[in-house]
Amino acid sequence: MFKEAIGTRSTVIKNTVERGAVKKFAVAINDLAPIYYDEEAGKNSRYQRNIAPPTFPVTLDFGTIPNLNLPAKGLIHGEQIFHYERPIFVGEEVYCYTEVKDYYEKTGSNGRMGFLVIRREGLDIDQNLIFSEDRILIINEAVRKGMGF
Amino acid sequence: MTYIADLQPGDSLSTIELQPVSRIDLIKYAGASGDFNPIHTIDDEAKKAGLPGIIAHGMWTMGNLAKLFTPYVEEGFIQDFAIRFKGMVFIDDRITLKATLLDHNSSEMMFEVAAINQHQKEVMNGSVKFLRHKISEFSDESIGRMNV
Repeated sequence: MFKEAIGTRSTVIKNTVERGAVKKFAVAINDLAPIYYDEEAGKNSRYQRNIAPPTFPVTLDFGTIPNLNLPAKGLIHGEQIFHYERPIFVGEEVYCYTEVKDYYEKTGSNGRMGFLVIRREGLDIDQNLIFSEDRILIINEAVRKGMGF
Repeated sequence: MTYIADLQPGDSLSTIELQPVSRIDLIKYAGASGDFNPIHTIDDEAKKAGLPGIIAHGMWTMGNLAKLFTPYVEEGFIQDFAIRFKGMVFIDDRITLKATLLDHNSSEMMFEVAAINQHQKEVMNGSVKFLRHKISEFSDESIGRMNV
């Protein structure tokens, strides 16, 4: 079932990187450096503006992949990979979407595990990649069987 | 002021020891990130899910780990940040964040990174590729090109 979903994607959602959201996020990870919230520090930096912390994309809206039903329980977040072409700038618009990048199964000591790779991308207005994110979700055998496949 | 560019393979960034994890930390992160899965904030829901108690969002720990590199933001930025989640983080856990330089060339620095709990167990590990800026980057001209 997940194999057939490979390549399906959400529609593109326009996000604005809000100054207040960036500051609140920096506070929540106790990383409140001036580059993230202080306008003067941003102007005087080599970016000439404020930027967002590297894991900030978790706050953005990437839309929903149609017909992808994930189990509410028993899903393990196994790996998380960010790639950046440049930092995200405070105030800019980022065009975000998500897709099923891959699905594969492996047999281990806990039975046959499923690995679902969900990709997310953030693009600028000219469709240049700003960042991408891959999250690998692990689905154990009991949960997979519970879903009827 | 120390420069990240001065590090040699085997050198580490200054280690960060987080305050013991508290419920309010996770409530704040839920609010800021929008991840309201109740296993991170509500005891009964965590127990219903078969956990001994609430656990930190994996992304909370990963977000904290990235701040090892924040002091060097003028020198460059994290280009690649890859993490494997190895264990759960519970309330009152004391987490230590570490980054050690493995290899570097004129622009790229590869670090091995980890978050370790009070039992010396890695709750996450992985790598960071830190890309050092070229002199001309983020000049007015390149910002025009980025169209922002």
